[in-house]
Amino acid sequence: MKKPELLVTPKSVKHIGALIEAGADAFVIGEQQFGLRLAGEFPVSDVELATQLIHGAGKKVYVAVNAIFHNDRLDALENYLKDMQRIGVDALIFGDPAVVVAVRELDITIPLHWNPETIATNWFQANYWNERGAKRAVLARELSIDEVVEIKKNAKPEIEVQIHGMTCMFQSKRSLLGNYFLYRDEVMEIENRKANQNMFLHDKERKNKYPIYEDLNGTHIFSPNDMCLIDELTELFQAGIDSLKFDGVLQTEEYINTVTNCYRQAIDAYFDNGEDAYDEIKDVLLEKIEEIQPELRPLDTGFIFKETVY
Amino acid sequence: MLQLIENEKIRETIDGKRIITKKPELLAPAGSLEKLKVAVHYGADAVFIGGQEFGLRSNAGNFSIEEMREGVEFAKKYGAVIYVTTNIFAHNENMAGLEEYLEAIEEAGVKGIIVADPLIIETCRKVAPKLEIHLSTQQSLSNWKAVKYWKQEGLHRVVLAREVGAEEMLKMKEEVDIEIEAFVHGAMCIAYSGRCVLSNHMTARDSNRGGCCQSCRWDYDLYEQVDGEEKALFGEGDAPFAMSPKDLKLIESIPHMIELGIDSLKVEGRMKSIHYVATVISVYRKVIDAYCEDPENFQIKKEWLEELDRCANRATASSFFEGEPGYEQQMFGTHASKMKWDFAGLVLDYDQETQMVTLQQRNYFKPGDTVEFFGPDIESFKFEIGQIWDEKGNELEVANHPLQIIKFKCERPLFSYNMMRKENI
Repeated sequence: MKKPELLVTPKSVKHIGALIEAGADAFVIGEQQFGLRLAGEFPVSDVELATQLIHGAGKKVYVAVNAIFHNDRLDALENYLKDMQRIGVDALIFGDPAVVVAVRELDITIPLHWNPETIATNWFQANYWNERGAKRAVLARELSIDEVVEIKKNAKPEIEVQIHGMTCMFQSKRSLLGNYFLYRDEVMEIENRKANQNMFLHDKERKNKYPIYEDLNGTHIFSPNDMCLIDELTELFQAGIDSLKFDGVLQTEEYINTVTNCYRQAIDAYFDNGEDAYDEIKDVLLEKIEEIQPELRPLDTGFIFKETVY
Repeated sequence: MLQLIENEKIRETIDGKRIITKKPELLAPAGSLEKLKVAVHYGADAVFIGGQEFGLRSNAGNFSIEEMREGVEFAKKYGAVIYVTTNIFAHNENMAGLEEYLEAIEEAGVKGIIVADPLIIETCRKVAPKLEIHLSTQQSLSNWKAVKYWKQEGLHRVVLAREVGAEEMLKMKEEVDIEIEAFVHGAMCIAYSGRCVLSNHMTARDSNRGGCCQSCRWDYDLYEQVDGEEKALFGEGDAPFAMSPKDLKLIESIPHMIELGIDSLKVEGRMKSIHYVATVISVYRKVIDAYCEDPENFQIKKEWLEELDRCANRATASSFFEGEPGYEQQMFGTHASKMKWDFAGLVLDYDQETQMVTLQQRNYFKPGDTVEFFGPDIESFKFEIGQIWDEKGNELEVANHPLQIIKFKCERPLFSYNMMRKENI
């Protein structure tokens, strides 16, 4: 059995060294003009530095170009894709078919990873985008374990699944925080806070707190819990999922380092020493994560064991 | 200043008078066969309906294949066509039965399907090639290169994301030769459609398979976290944080949309009443026809705006068509209100000789009430109800049974499908 890749999200070029140390196999970077909800902001010059560093360590670097593009960013997108080709990153993560068209027109040879987030819900779509150049499909976080396993069984491209961190529940193009302050005629509040990433919505009925922030792509709202599958990885391992992603958006470097290392240990235990070895350490690893888990962010298992109706 | 599309022939000058030769399709929603018939009768060129599978709005009235067939036949008499929404993002468990379903839709004479999931696009192409394929707004289509992608994939039409503005639409029409459908009226998502799973998290209902519970319209409290402390970002008496958009209303932008060459103008609302569908469709019909006939002298009539207002229960706005919507296009601290007018009855028959109206009751009314009649074949008029009788000729003091057949005399001629409404005081 092949070891799955452990994919993480550095906050800066400087942060990458610690994550290599912690055991990461691959990295998602990018900038908000082209990529969605990144842990850190990497302008092209930083992508170049990061790529040298990551390739030097024999690891992979993927660049997010998964924004929902409007006409006004298409020219910049083309230049950006050319930059990525020149730098030689290992994959481009996309959701918008405009990227497929641009890549064809510009003869970009970097492999594509299809990641439209919420709408990647079945294996047919994974294969459809595979036929159009996607080497990998990143699955929606709203799927159950059975659905994930069945997709992997039937999918031609590699399959990536998120195993830790918060997930985006909502993206609006509108400036919803800014609008709220403007409605209350408190422009100063916007000056002070609009770029901050420390705000949340309180849902009194469900006693939930949803992180919310604004950037170039609009307003983003996140899940009230951090998903954590550190002690539930066996089925994903057995299914042969190709990449396990820990999304560190809105987390601290220390947190990302520790959690990355926990998953490194879990993967190595299972694949180097067998299922029993993993079973032996998984509770300890969970405790380790629980110790550093921010009070505001309860852990759960996302939709992996949850049923949704419609 | 109106932007005009140049590379598409949509206008002509005859005897020195400019007219529009490419009239956009007026596309209406219908959650039932009755709504479909009303929409067509009131001027829709096309109607979109949901089937019993693979569509969003699991709560909307949905059509059986037999009802689709009847709807198609009815529409055909008016030269109108039917589209079926099959716009879920399927999970593995939803994949079975798709081929048979699409074959049946095609066989029923439906013109096209509105679809988001490539699974359904590809399956349709294989098993039901006569159906047109329209890309749903659930794909959040926002730029011309993505439009080009779907053109290359052989789609007939794309429905744009609700976040696309006039200038962007123009560029899309210029760059890609494909039919474009855009929303002009009705409720809408405040998120990019398809990119919201609030419902999944808050109520375990899958928004992308028809389970949306509209969590975006609830109230929330906004806080910030500073040095581990939670600090409220609202004061006492402040309206809570909300992200409820005002409903879309682009009636005054219809001339602009026509000049851009938009192919289909879509009214949202499969869950709405026949009164709503009739009112909205008849007004947009008048605007489109009046503009195309004489664009130079066109003016929006006050009575059209007032008419639209009669079936509105939320404030309205132009959303992204005219630019980035600000706070004034959202609702804070207020929610839906009551409609200004109630739908009171549907005219089933009118006897020219006896001047007797046969009407199906839809809301409480009684002799002495002032009502208004409207319909595509009459000028709206006010009327005071006189004596009323039931089907058997018994005189009644009130009409208070839903769907009861009521008869009364009215000197002005009426036609079946005309509607009677009553002001909500």
